[in-house]
Amino acid sequence: MSKRNLAAAVFFSIVAVVFIFSALLMHPFGVLDESDMDDYVIENTQEETGANNGVTSVVFDYRGFDTLGEATVLFTAVAAVIMIFRRLKND
Amino acid sequence: MTEMSKIVRTITAIAFPFAMIYGLYVIAHGHLTPGGGFQGGAVVASACAMILVAFGSKWTIDKIKEKRLSVFESVGAIAFIGLAFFGLIFGAVFFNNFLVGNDYLFGIIPVVGSGLADINTAGVIPLMNFAVGLKVIVGLFAIVLVMAYATTNYKEGKK
Repeated sequence: MSKRNLAAAVFFSIVAVVFIFSALLMHPFGVLDESDMDDYVIENTQEETGANNGVTSVVFDYRGFDTLGEATVLFTAVAAVIMIFRRLKND
Repeated sequence: MTEMSKIVRTITAIAFPFAMIYGLYVIAHGHLTPGGGFQGGAVVASACAMILVAFGSKWTIDKIKEKRLSVFESVGAIAFIGLAFFGLIFGAVFFNNFLVGNDYLFGIIPVVGSGLADINTAGVIPLMNFAVGLKVIVGLFAIVLVMAYATTNYKEGKK
């Protein structure tokens, strides 16, 4: 076994141990956690935003800035792709 | 990308309206049922990509130019940010839902709890869904169209 393989084996064992311990420390599956924010959204969505779909009301109303960032990312990606492939078309 | 056989083109022409209607339904009912602008836009864009694969990129780019798609995407982005700034003007803060509470345009507040859905609710959320849906449709379709057309020309030029 070369030094490089030995180093890789030691490194990946350390990473595996870290992941196993963090998996043991995880929140138990299916048990609800106490949170004020989701209770607030569930109780007040229909009165405050008028939307029956709570997820859309969070995406477009309570967390509108996040959606603005998503739209900006999409716009930038489209602009970059069109720019690159127009160059390829002209070659 | 060249066009495919006549069987594929016929089946695509039959299946295209159904995929289109489903995607537009997901956009239009974004404030009532699961989905929204992004998801419905992805459905409609994949229907348009199906047309592109079946009929070939030359046929598709003869029908619709990518410059026009860029214009529509900018219109969607401006509508989205403009609605957010209307919230700043008519309401108190950026992204304020200023249409909730009126009687004529998307302003009705539904009965709290589960029940029948009314499409005339939710304030600016349906309008923002339309803007984001338009943006996602033409954005994703412009990416696929430009990639297909550019690589077709590139291969043919090399031969």
